[in-house]
Amino acid sequence: MYTLTIAELSAGLRARRFSSVELTRALLERIARFNPHLNAFLTVTADEALAAAQRADQELQAGRGSPLTGVPIAHKDIFCTRGIRTSCGSKILDNFVSPYDATVVTRLKEAGTVLLGKTNMDEFAMGSSNETSFYGPVRNPWDPKRVPGGSSGGSAAAVAARLVPAATGTDTGGSIRQPAALTGIVGLKPTYGRVSRYGMIAFASSLDQGGVLALTAQDAALLLGVIAGFDPRDSTSVEVPVPDYVAALEAPLKGLRIGLLKEFFDEGLERECGERVRGALEVFRSLGAELREVSLPALPLSVPTYYVVAPAECSSNLSRFDGVRFGHRCQNPRDLLDLYMRTRGEGFGAEVKRRIMTGTYVLSAGYYDAYYLKAQKVRQLISDDFRRAFEQVDVLMGPTSPTAAFEIGAKTDDPITMYLNDIYTIGANLAGLPAVSVPCGFVADLPVGLQIIGPVFSEAKLLNAAYQYQKETDWHRRLPRGYD
Amino acid sequence: MSLTRTDVENIARLARLEITESELAEYVGTLSRIINFVEQLNAADTGDVEPMAHPLSGQTQRLRADEITERDKHELYQKNAPQVEAGLYLVPKVIE
Amino acid sequence: MTEWETVIGLEIHAQLATRSKIFSGSSTAFGAAPNTQANLVDLGYPGVLPVLNGAAVRMAVKFGLAIGANIARRSVFARKNYFYPDLPKGYQISQYERPVVEDGALDVLLEDGSRKTVGITRAHLEEDAGKSLHEGLKGYTGIDLNRAGTPLLEIVSEPDMRSAKEAIAYMKKVHTLVRYLEICDGNMQEGSFRCDANVSVRPKGAAKFGTRAELKNLNSFRFVEKAINHEVARQIEILEGGGVVVQETRLYDSDRNETRSMRSKEEANDYRYFPDPDLLPLAIDEAFIEEVRKTLPELPDEKAARFVREYGLPEYDAGVLTASRELAAYYESVVIALGGAPKLAADNLKEQLAEPKLAAGGLKEQLAAPKLAANWVMGDLAAALNRDGLEITSSRLGPQHLAGLLRRIADATISGKIAKDVFEVMWSESAEADAIIESRGLKQITDSSAIERAIEQVMAANPAQLADYRAGKEKLFGFFVGQVMKAMQGKANPAQLNELLKRKLSG
Repeated sequence: MYTLTIAELSAGLRARRFSSVELTRALLERIARFNPHLNAFLTVTADEALAAAQRADQELQAGRGSPLTGVPIAHKDIFCTRGIRTSCGSKILDNFVSPYDATVVTRLKEAGTVLLGKTNMDEFAMGSSNETSFYGPVRNPWDPKRVPGGSSGGSAAAVAARLVPAATGTDTGGSIRQPAALTGIVGLKPTYGRVSRYGMIAFASSLDQGGVLALTAQDAALLLGVIAGFDPRDSTSVEVPVPDYVAALEAPLKGLRIGLLKEFFDEGLERECGERVRGALEVFRSLGAELREVSLPALPLSVPTYYVVAPAECSSNLSRFDGVRFGHRCQNPRDLLDLYMRTRGEGFGAEVKRRIMTGTYVLSAGYYDAYYLKAQKVRQLISDDFRRAFEQVDVLMGPTSPTAAFEIGAKTDDPITMYLNDIYTIGANLAGLPAVSVPCGFVADLPVGLQIIGPVFSEAKLLNAAYQYQKETDWHRRLPRGYD
Repeated sequence: MSLTRTDVENIARLARLEITESELAEYVGTLSRIINFVEQLNAADTGDVEPMAHPLSGQTQRLRADEITERDKHELYQKNAPQVEAGLYLVPKVIE
Repeated sequence: MTEWETVIGLEIHAQLATRSKIFSGSSTAFGAAPNTQANLVDLGYPGVLPVLNGAAVRMAVKFGLAIGANIARRSVFARKNYFYPDLPKGYQISQYERPVVEDGALDVLLEDGSRKTVGITRAHLEEDAGKSLHEGLKGYTGIDLNRAGTPLLEIVSEPDMRSAKEAIAYMKKVHTLVRYLEICDGNMQEGSFRCDANVSVRPKGAAKFGTRAELKNLNSFRFVEKAINHEVARQIEILEGGGVVVQETRLYDSDRNETRSMRSKEEANDYRYFPDPDLLPLAIDEAFIEEVRKTLPELPDEKAARFVREYGLPEYDAGVLTASRELAAYYESVVIALGGAPKLAADNLKEQLAEPKLAAGGLKEQLAAPKLAANWVMGDLAAALNRDGLEITSSRLGPQHLAGLLRRIADATISGKIAKDVFEVMWSESAEADAIIESRGLKQITDSSAIERAIEQVMAANPAQLADYRAGKEKLFGFFVGQVMKAMQGKANPAQLNELLKRKLSG
């Protein structure tokens, strides 16, 4: 059961081949068995899950319910879940029980899913390896000495290890796509504004987007259809109708114009990873797509742009963590200043502090124009480059990550080395574009991901391309050793 | 561009982050490297380009109706509070 | 000896009278138990987001139109970042580079009757912070976030004022205007109308401004005046002693009537303003502005000018009577009850009044009613309201009742003096004028023979004073008036009494 996709599980549940309670129990057992090693889950909500599974079974028995009724999922611990601890991977929220549900959580709940628990993540979503979590690193199921990627590392590892068929994630600079690539699953970042950010703890408000990690593009389409859509509680949520992503999967790819980003196939890309990606492109060619080279000259500046904008926004977003109304508070504060300094000094990890300080610096008097304003201008240049490219091609393709999964601790000495992991993913966040990573092969038994980027609100097209590719390949069906 | 100790101390203070002596030296190093790294942006020719505050180009703020939609849930919310008395959130006394 | 010039700019924070908060659907009602009107958005919980209240925008635009300002077609919300326990998110959502209203002005009538135009640099929308309570919590400060998120309109004036009196006049004008527009209730005790003053001095004639101090915690007109005057004196003393004024924030202590440097907010506060990425640019188009324009009432200046035109009132009276819409409405009701005012060729009323032929034609009498009403509303009525701590809307006498009393003065049933007594009885007993006049027999005596008899009796009873008067002590006239009035229980028609007395005393 645990190797089935959501589409397959849904069919099985409706045909009563197995019940949601059976499925949920089986997965909870797997979690109990594998999680101590993987550290993918921070909180397992066993009782609530079984209760929800029972309710789902009742719905299914009565012939009611939706395609997702009874299907287990997990939420990245960045999504507020009512009555359940929501830590954001940080000590400062270690004791925080959210009094409300994020919109994404509500929508998946109303669709009948069964919540198994909250997954581990880089602290406040700041990281590309899930090594900055207060709760320790997550291990990649494909090789426990290696990282699963980040910041949605827990969600990725949980899905790859078949502890749960899908999980939510967030992507600010690649935090859904990169871990999906490193763990051999599908990771989708929707267009900015497609999915509500209400209840999704903010890192960088103009870059964050909630999305999904799953085994197949079809599963991602099912889930996106539920979580996408306008939310009046989010001023940055757009009123664009949600298409039927599942129906759009079957469209043939003949004539699809694929742009290959010159800037993505550079010296930074590890040779064999590049070969897997090129192999994937040949499959698309065989399906009738046209490939051509495009260039986005401003794209190489995306990492420095991101590392001005994201820290700036996060330095402000994280000011609310002050020990006054919720979260960690230092012991016996001498005065107000001491309360703030020690609460935040104790509560935040090093990477978070680095980014808050970077952000504070670039926004401060005298530096705003040189850094923040400049970065926002370069951001416009990058966005314009993408727009021009999409006048000539339908989608862009390239690698998701410059390398396959690296060893835990290998890149933690120098933050910049870690930041460069996001070199291919950041552009889409800066321009607010949708992008998906789909497994396209292995290098030394480690997964490699193909990234597909589209213009705004082209998720249907992206998922369609990924789905057609997955019909021709079976990378997504491979299981990591020990988890099969 | 390198940051000095004083720079980092000031930033940490502005951001209300307590950092120890040993951490300070490390942050001076890493923050300087990060700022150096982002200075690549200076090379970009941004001429008359408008700064992009939002990927939602052309969109403007939605207005909400002036209605009271919330009710009192302070008991629930204050379950999370470190220190509460008589419904107030407590902090060390502030002298004004 | 240097002659010093004072330069003052005021920053007024008016709480907008919306039902719900600017970025959340919590109630803005005053006086609720602590934190019972603070939802997740107001509390700055993780994951929450702001959504803008349209009514707050309309009110800001309304204000902008009333001061003849530019309404920004696009304005931006920015975050002002600083740490303080009553600021839950650690930043205030405000407007920085692109406010919704810019470049307006207000015409202010000063005490000496002259007019001054005070420029208004900008008015912008922002959210209010919560409240800190320092007393009675055993060494802690208690934070109440009910107020956090209430919409504020911050109104910033140009540094155009040159004295505390000018500053007060401007502040009162803004106070009147926001209440006219019904965008703010102006309740300073409840904190819905707050004022900070930027004060500096410079040698008269100097081109540059001196260093300014920002005065906070000014929650009454009186305190604003005292604080400014105290601060000006303080700065002059420093400068004359060869010192330098420090740019700082100072808190006004009304008990000691002094300003003190605010140490806690003193540290270099770099607010690191940047556009709030959770909010999109606010677009205001012509249609929106026109909709708001339609809701503008007759503004105070227009109404005062109309009072001068239609009721022949002096500018000062018109200004006082139009200080609030309610007072102006009360006044006009009284005038209408008295038969209204003639609709004359209003523009040259003053000239008409001067013209002897027209004046003789009863114009003055026709305008007597509005003037009589003005005198009583500004005088006795205002005094009674003040004494009982009432607003005009809670007046114990409605305009019809007051008109009833004034009618009896106008038709000489009673004298003005007696009317004052009747008024007091009407006020305390909520009774009608006619009933009181009747039951207490207060009708004015206009019978000349009765008055003459009383005069003769007084003259006979006071031979010495009579002799003195006739010998030249003219001042004694008043004595005789008093005596006759006393003999007649104050009911003698004063004009007749005067005329008859003069004749009889002269012999």
